[in-house]
Amino acid sequence: MRYLPLTPEDRSEMLARIGARDIDELFADIPADKRLDALPDLPLTKSEIEVERVLGRMAACNVAAGSVPFFVGCGAYKHHIPASVDHLIQRSEFLTSYTPYQPEIAQGTLHYLFEFQTQVALLTGMEVANASMYDGSTAAAEAVLMAHRVTKRNKAVLSGNLHPHYAGTIETVSRLSGHEIVAPAPHGAAEDLSGLIDNTVACVVVQNPDVFGQVRDLKPLAEKVHAAGALLIVAVTEVVSLGLVTPPGEMDADIVVGEGQSIGNALSFGGPYVGLFASRTKFVRQMPGRLVGETVDAEGKRGFVLTLSTREQHIRREKATSNICTNSGLCTLAFTIHLSLLGEAGLRRLARINHANAVKLADALGKVPGVKVLNETFFNEFTIRVPGDAAQVIEKLAAKGVLGGVPCSRLAPDNPHLRDLIVAASTEVNTDEDRAAYAQALKEVLA
Amino acid sequence: MNQQGRPTKPIDAVPVAPATFTGNRALRIEEALIFEFGRTDVTGVDLDEPAEFAPRLGGLERKEPIGLPGLAEPEAVRHYVRLSRMNYSIDTGVFPLGSCTMKHNPRLNEKMARLPGFGDIHPLQPQSTVSGALQLIAELSRWLCELAGMPAVALSPKAGAHGELCGMMAIKAALAARGEKRSIVLVPESAHGTNPATAALLGYRVETIPARDDGTVDPEEVKKHLSKDVAALMLTNPNTCGLFERDVVAIADAVHAVGAFFYADGANFNAIVGKVRPGDLGVDAMHINLHKTFSTPHGGGGPGAGPVTLSAALAPFAPLPYVVTDKNGVRLVEHAADGAGKPFGRMCAFHGQMGMFVRAMSYMLAHGADGMRQASEDAVLNANYVKAGLKDLMSLPFGDGACMHEVLFDDAWLDGTGVSTLDFAKAMIDEGYHPMTMYFPLVVHGAMLIEPTESESKASLDLFVAALRDLAMAAKRGDTARFSGAPYYAPRRRLDETRAARSPVLRWMKPVVKEAAE
Repeated sequence: MRYLPLTPEDRSEMLARIGARDIDELFADIPADKRLDALPDLPLTKSEIEVERVLGRMAACNVAAGSVPFFVGCGAYKHHIPASVDHLIQRSEFLTSYTPYQPEIAQGTLHYLFEFQTQVALLTGMEVANASMYDGSTAAAEAVLMAHRVTKRNKAVLSGNLHPHYAGTIETVSRLSGHEIVAPAPHGAAEDLSGLIDNTVACVVVQNPDVFGQVRDLKPLAEKVHAAGALLIVAVTEVVSLGLVTPPGEMDADIVVGEGQSIGNALSFGGPYVGLFASRTKFVRQMPGRLVGETVDAEGKRGFVLTLSTREQHIRREKATSNICTNSGLCTLAFTIHLSLLGEAGLRRLARINHANAVKLADALGKVPGVKVLNETFFNEFTIRVPGDAAQVIEKLAAKGVLGGVPCSRLAPDNPHLRDLIVAASTEVNTDEDRAAYAQALKEVLA
Repeated sequence: MNQQGRPTKPIDAVPVAPATFTGNRALRIEEALIFEFGRTDVTGVDLDEPAEFAPRLGGLERKEPIGLPGLAEPEAVRHYVRLSRMNYSIDTGVFPLGSCTMKHNPRLNEKMARLPGFGDIHPLQPQSTVSGALQLIAELSRWLCELAGMPAVALSPKAGAHGELCGMMAIKAALAARGEKRSIVLVPESAHGTNPATAALLGYRVETIPARDDGTVDPEEVKKHLSKDVAALMLTNPNTCGLFERDVVAIADAVHAVGAFFYADGANFNAIVGKVRPGDLGVDAMHINLHKTFSTPHGGGGPGAGPVTLSAALAPFAPLPYVVTDKNGVRLVEHAADGAGKPFGRMCAFHGQMGMFVRAMSYMLAHGADGMRQASEDAVLNANYVKAGLKDLMSLPFGDGACMHEVLFDDAWLDGTGVSTLDFAKAMIDEGYHPMTMYFPLVVHGAMLIEPTESESKASLDLFVAALRDLAMAAKRGDTARFSGAPYYAPRRRLDETRAARSPVLRWMKPVVKEAAE
């Protein structure tokens, strides 16, 4: 087997050195009646050629985003990734290193994480950011738990326009950890949460742009939340929007969580992605996840280390702020490389292109008979109403080779008000031809 | 024409290395932060400015400067290549970090995960356009279930600790379905810190089970703590002392006798793949770190993936989404009403770490049943070989019995030398090795946990053992300078972690320019 360097002769010599008769002597602690005599009922070893054949066949059954006019968003977005990003993250020293427990030989990882934390803080308009979470949704759930710790309260209010997967993730961990959740059903319209906010509420979670694409000024909400002594948590699922839209920090958010996939990371059917988590400095000791800090070495040279680990489970065990033991290392690296390449000028331009393309798409789809664009505001995705069942429309579009967006019923099937709604996104990868193909196909499907 | 050639031989008296102007040391190059040399008006991505259009942002344009530096492509490539060279990695050398399973990461896995049919598909595009992805998930599930000896697997957890949370949530939901509300979770003291943290997150009171003298859990001690108020026992097997819990069946029986569940931390699954199935030992739930046992890259600390195999009692409570295979093929169930299960909820957005599923599948297909069993045997053989090579110099806290895939030493052998476990670890860095896991598990003093994995050749282990023997003898004969100042040859000398924690600097800030005095 090509990945195993020991030869049969090596194994014999090593067993002799150990003083064991055979390999099974080393497994003697496993109860004899439970040990497997036969091999598991699975295929035997395969060459590279054979593995490529098996997996290649499966991959070929899927429609890749880059092969069709593609407008699917709702928390994961098709963006262009510069070739250098994927090349650099595959450097052995990044790809096959581990959590930087020995900082003297992990300065590469620690250095880029320090840069990443700074980039995320700048992007979100917050004071401090951690070294990343699993993804945006789990970051949101951790933010709610953090708000409970900070406020010593037990209830969270979720906006009805929060991505239902995010709401579901928060709801699950809250219910099973004994916290209360109040959440209106998804509706798409402007909402007034003030009736739900009182001095028993730990936090209010809103998304901007929301799951229907709408962009909102959160300052009035922040005022109400703060007046009740609660924290405002803002989730951003399309991080490219921060190149163009007022950041949550400037709207007085207390915690900002985000999905960083859009910058540097492939769609990959939903993961691995990279969760962004930023907050105010005064809450830093209640933050979950890894933090990298600056220090000096014995010769006085600047260096970086994991820090404030007294918050973490390997020190604090059951008293830790979170059970999280990892970040999204390599996805974080992809994010920070892509953002370093873009820089402020590139990010702002990328965001403008996304917005311009979405405006063009909205104009094109709005002209299709029977279709109505519902958004007053949006960044790179928006919601349309179609006559009939949106899920069927999306299937028919797929049959015509257009992946036209997400039917809202896919996310919230119980809600009859959403059955005829589609969320469609347009990014920098779409051409005018793609948008024309979508409008034409939609026209035919609805005819 | 000048006939003088260039000198081809070093001079006889080699001087001591002088300081350099740049602070660089030839291939080891100091690197600034992007904020110190990048410029906000530079970009390494060429994009065309869009034509004039009427924005639809409702006046919420971002107006203030963001302050994000940009790099042209050559600057970016050089920056990250230089950073990469400050990292130790599996591809650099032996990385014997106990309980982390730093095995070789096959590049075929990377190639497969990047096939457009896997890497470039959206989690919410119609299921009819991703049948191959669902097929891969179903196939991965089949392999994991077969190897674990359990009927179901929840795939969405994003890392080991997330898998623990998933398994414990399923247990809580199963108890609730029985109308029970139990309040205690038992955790042996050798467990990973994530176990008690997970139990506490779900509101359980954690009771710690002390290890017996041989480093394993005594079923009689477990029985003392068991009652109808115990929800679960969380046991790592093989445990973090590198030992197989030989009384695991008796422990499982005792746990089940009071109606509690048996959670196994599968962090050390690499020792036993194809040798024994946890389901056959009475395990109800076990997370599997795909980034350990199934070789998906550790990537400097993630992303991981932590699928959880489940017993028949827990399977119905698996979270959304899950895949169902029937006569119409494989289908993804995203909502409770669409399937037969009683899911406890949702762990995350979308369907889990697909990129890691592809890599793990590629690893499994390449090894096959025979290769995976061989890998486990080699991992255990290598650990015992290291133990045999060091046991006369270093101290084994639990005697000289066979270990599993990792060998645990304590620091008793360093008594009186003035050298600590930390010093010894840092001196290993100078010898070109990544240190073993140190000061964990907490059950022994100054722990040194060495996990060589199956990826090391005999020659590599022979040199590793020889180097550690040389260090051990140096420590014993009082050559403390080799340790107290180590590392000498790493990109950085020992770093001041106390200072970092006392006055945290967690981001770059623009230096304040002092106004000139008037």
